[in-house]
Amino acid sequence: MRAVITVIGKDMVGILAGVSNICVKYNVNIMEVSQSIMQDLFAMIMLADISDSNAPFAQLSDELKKYGKQNALSVHIMHEDIFNSMHRI
Amino acid sequence: MLNTNDILETIHMIQDENLDIRTITMGISLLDCADSDIDRMCDKIYDKICRYAGNLVKTGEDIEAEYGIPIINKRISVTPAAMVAAACPDKNPVKIAHALDRAAKQVGVNFLGGYSALVHKGFGPGDYALIESIPQALAETERVCSSVNIGSTKAGINMDAVAKMGHIVRECAELTADNNCFGAAKLVIFCNAPEDNPFMAGAFHGVGEPDCVVNVGVSGPGVVRAALAKVPDANITEVADIVKRTAFKITRMGQLVAQEASRRLCVPFGIVDLSLAPTPAVGDSVAHILEEMGLESCGAHGTTACLALLNDAVKKGGVMASSHVGGLSGAFIPVSEDAGMIDAARCGALSLTKLEAMTAVCSVGLDMIAIPGDTPAEIISAILADEAAIGMVNSKTTAIRLIPAIGKKPGEDMEFGGLFGSAPIMDVNTYSPAKFISRGGRIPAPLQSLKN
Repeated sequence: MRAVITVIGKDMVGILAGVSNICVKYNVNIMEVSQSIMQDLFAMIMLADISDSNAPFAQLSDELKKYGKQNALSVHIMHEDIFNSMHRI
Repeated sequence: MLNTNDILETIHMIQDENLDIRTITMGISLLDCADSDIDRMCDKIYDKICRYAGNLVKTGEDIEAEYGIPIINKRISVTPAAMVAAACPDKNPVKIAHALDRAAKQVGVNFLGGYSALVHKGFGPGDYALIESIPQALAETERVCSSVNIGSTKAGINMDAVAKMGHIVRECAELTADNNCFGAAKLVIFCNAPEDNPFMAGAFHGVGEPDCVVNVGVSGPGVVRAALAKVPDANITEVADIVKRTAFKITRMGQLVAQEASRRLCVPFGIVDLSLAPTPAVGDSVAHILEEMGLESCGAHGTTACLALLNDAVKKGGVMASSHVGGLSGAFIPVSEDAGMIDAARCGALSLTKLEAMTAVCSVGLDMIAIPGDTPAEIISAILADEAAIGMVNSKTTAIRLIPAIGKKPGEDMEFGGLFGSAPIMDVNTYSPAKFISRGGRIPAPLQSLKN
């Protein structure tokens, strides 16, 4: 299963490293990364393969959210299909 | 890869605009639970619901976590209880309500609908006893919801049932007077009741349905309002188009969740109900969509036209997004559950007569409206008859949920709390329809019914 990780917040050093580290810890393979700065807001979107993840989805999600909270970022991980179904016919 | 803006749009809808799946409702047939021994029947009902719906709440929570979309309610609808109660006509069917309540608590759903009777053409065995027991059942149970279908386009309106239900609505309120008359908020009176509606309090599992089915109700008035707010000067053609496009996206979520829930629960997918269901939360109001279209307040002249546009565009957008559409599908206008409606009613912009006109073009009817506590039963019956007539003639569902606020007068408020919100008590026309209601009989089916 593939999931989309989104990170939105104020740009600062180490966001990519921080999120990537969590992915490594859970054996999640990052397939694509795109970053953009919209106004002064940093938005990073990662497409990740979580099929070989070594922990339940909820645990990974909680850890990412915790990381987000500690760094004043909004971090979400959601199943890829939610975006596919909404934006593709 | 997916477009960045699309991803951010979805997240924005969920985080800031209250996009959610309002309910996953599992419909369960109780027909095979009928038994001439009422205690044995109650055991069978309890066991079947627990067996079928044991994983419903957990599955809903799993989908919510994985897909990141909030699923607010997990609920159950069952075969109208009057049908199984008919197997033991001399027993008080309240025992069935208690069995349903126990089962709802056991599986962890917050409401269970189907303590219902379908009497649009007349009372069958079990119907009368069940209707008589509704006030007691709703007062003694916590999670059971009840509904009665009193009319249809095909059958006309059963005026004996209309007269009876006026008294039942009052009794429901009186028996729960110390609890905000909440019994009446769990009772819906229908004309043209849909058999696959996932929304409470009017959900029941129709007789034409399979043994078990999963229906999903979507929501998202906040998303529609936000989309309209981005184009303040668009003309009405463009407004309709934006509503359609937004409804399409919302409904796609519902379709995805419905399919996933169906797969995980190993239960057939029934329908997606593509409704705009408001909540009292700020930014989750249907009235605010109408105001965004250019009305100073919901209830102003023009409200019916705006609502007609909204209701139609929601259906047009949603119907292509789902493989099966059903239930109520359209815009809901419950007064107490919609922040904009509450404000409009409080400031006097929105009256009961305007609401009645609005129900001719929305997907339901007079919903969650508090009326003065001293309103006589025959006036309640006459309101039911008017509303049923609108549904019958327009071949649409009308649902009525009135709450006689015992001991309170117009201008005062009813506070229900949570998703049920608060309702200012509205003025009712007090000229008497008593003679009309006391006649009984049936309003014949209209010409619209002769389509064969």
